[in-house]
Amino acid sequence: MTPEILGFWILAVTLVGAGLMVVLTKNLFHSVLWLALGLVSTAGVFLLLDAEFLASVQVLLYAGGVITVVVFAIVVTEKLVGERLSSVSRRVGLGTILASALLSALFRVIGKSDVNAVMPEATADFTKWMGISLLTQHVVAFELLAVLLVAGLLAATYFARPEE
Amino acid sequence: MPLGAYLALAAVVFCIGLFGVITRRNTVGILLGIELMLNAVNINFVAFSRFHGSALGMMFTLFAICITVAEIALGLSLVILLFRSRKTSTADHVDWLKG
Repeated sequence: MTPEILGFWILAVTLVGAGLMVVLTKNLFHSVLWLALGLVSTAGVFLLLDAEFLASVQVLLYAGGVITVVVFAIVVTEKLVGERLSSVSRRVGLGTILASALLSALFRVIGKSDVNAVMPEATADFTKWMGISLLTQHVVAFELLAVLLVAGLLAATYFARPEE
Repeated sequence: MPLGAYLALAAVVFCIGLFGVITRRNTVGILLGIELMLNAVNINFVAFSRFHGSALGMMFTLFAICITVAEIALGLSLVILLFRSRKTSTADHVDWLKG
């Protein structure tokens, strides 16, 4: 068993376990912390796939930014309501049926494809390639993304502003 | 690992996220489920990109991550707004448009 296979299985078990805890934990705060673990192990999967830059973006933006914002939102809303947020589940049967039906359909499609395709040798430095094409080929999309982020964050601040 | 392993992992995580979106009552819980689903899609993108030998899929993932961050910020501000006006966190209680 090579280190790559061992690493994949450790990351896969962590990711699936953390995901299950996210949807099954009663306490919403714990759920967010499990999500942080899941996002960090996804960054590990990105590392296995030679996407070092994406792994660092994943840790910085998701595990750093999103988790912090969600924790803040939970703390603020708890204060507004004055009781602990707990998430009672509903329609568990329907959720199980739909999710497992989709899972079996997905597995059938995956099984039909070339599942044993071996990872080719890395021909180029993906980070370098991404940096260059971000400022040449995809520069319009990149700038539009900046506009979207500014608009989104401005709107978020506007909605959550204190009442006059 | 072969391509199928990554695809299977992403499929499992996506279905867990779908289960969360269906079963959670709390709006923040639903948002967390959506996060899981988007995360699974990102794994697929990066895996296909790596096995195809081009970084185009990784580029798409970068854009997807940034858009997700904007979406979560906006979604949580809506949750806070909802709390102010309705004092509730349950998605089922938001039925103003119901006749």
